[in-house]
Amino acid sequence: MLLPRIIPCLLIHKGGLVKTIKFENPKYLGDPINAVKIFNEKEVDELIVLDIDASVNNSEPSYGVISKLASECTMPLCYGGGIKTKEQAKKIISLGVEKIAISSAAIYDTSIITEISKELGRQSVVVSLDIRKTRSLSGDRYEICSHNASQVHNLDLMSFIRLAEEAGAGEILINSIDCDGLMSGYDISLAKQVKKELSIPMTFLGGAGSFEHIQSLIQECGIIGAAAGSLFVFKGKYKAVLINYPETGRKIKIFDSMVV
Amino acid sequence: MISIVDYGLGNVEAFLTIYKRLGFEANLAKTESDLSLATKIILPGVGAFDHAIQLLNQSGMREAIETLVLKDKVPILGVCVGMQMMASSSDEGVLPGLGLIPGRVRSFYSNKNASNLPLPHMGWNNINPKSGEPLFVEIEKNARFYFLHSYYFESSEPSNETANVFYGFDFSCSVSAGNIHGVQFHPEKSHHFGSQLLKNFAKI
Repeated sequence: MLLPRIIPCLLIHKGGLVKTIKFENPKYLGDPINAVKIFNEKEVDELIVLDIDASVNNSEPSYGVISKLASECTMPLCYGGGIKTKEQAKKIISLGVEKIAISSAAIYDTSIITEISKELGRQSVVVSLDIRKTRSLSGDRYEICSHNASQVHNLDLMSFIRLAEEAGAGEILINSIDCDGLMSGYDISLAKQVKKELSIPMTFLGGAGSFEHIQSLIQECGIIGAAAGSLFVFKGKYKAVLINYPETGRKIKIFDSMVV
Repeated sequence: MISIVDYGLGNVEAFLTIYKRLGFEANLAKTESDLSLATKIILPGVGAFDHAIQLLNQSGMREAIETLVLKDKVPILGVCVGMQMMASSSDEGVLPGLGLIPGRVRSFYSNKNASNLPLPHMGWNNINPKSGEPLFVEIEKNARFYFLHSYYFESSEPSNETANVFYGFDFSCSVSAGNIHGVQFHPEKSHHFGSQLLKNFAKI
């Protein structure tokens, strides 16, 4: 049986591994390669690495870093940050990355999704969206943001993800800005709404603070990717930096809770 | 020497890292001469079928690989698109495959048992190897491997299937014909399960 995926998400800022809260105040945690080595030992399902500087600085992806990460990973790797062209995507895949995540480039023009997908195959193309919830008199709305939440796009989320899927995306990664780093649980209502719209896999990120949070997400959404940052790099009330991941037994318990 | 064909696609470095850890000699083959010491060949692949075939043709290594595999019977392992390239043809492209294992690569989208499931087939799935297959020695029952694909190998010879997996229906995730082997999943990204399979291949 195909299993849900429990995925640590690592953020890279100025070459180091960091963790943010609501996309702000990056806290330095250590060396990304060391973290990958520990996650290898823990046999994690997949790893997402996002360079949070590249798009903001309008710089090229750091191919040297990507190549090191990819050859170290014994688990599948999804890399995002600064990818704007098909050539960049191809180069990253050739370095041994399984999936590339595009965000702002896809938001500006979905034809980039089609272009990359045609050449690399849909399975390697992830469209990553940073989502902020806004409250107004007419009810809750979700806006699509980019460039570390500094830019807001005037797009309807549900229409856009359908468009991205039609354009050739193989997976949608939703990153909830409001929940980032708070460790108080996922926005499960958003996850369910997005999942309902899609016939491609979805990974949901933002807010996980315990294995119970992951379990609730999987219970509600079924086979999806449950990603988390803080949960897998911090331990305890004072957020000591400690890489951790559920043991096989704990994982089975989480998966068993799923309604098939 | 285990030669990993580096024609511009796939996780060549990941294979190299694993074989180093396991203590086997391995090299990356970028040109025909890099294959001169090959006693095993790994053909990796990520991406679309035609693109992969084109890159392999352009690499100038195709003929050498065919000679090694067909004439000298050097064992070869195709991985993901590397496995699919071993078929005669694919729904995904117009170019002919290498034709090393008779079969056609089919799309999940045109299979009614899978077309209503989330696609691509992405993530860890439990496989069912046939007993006694050398590739699956010492791999525990219910072992899980990582899959990432929208197309699957449909073998013309059912007896070539060495493992299957269920996603809406059972399909071949491992095929073997003599010295020629192919796996749909990514052993290089499947932790100790994959590492054991790569060790098994090295010992064939």
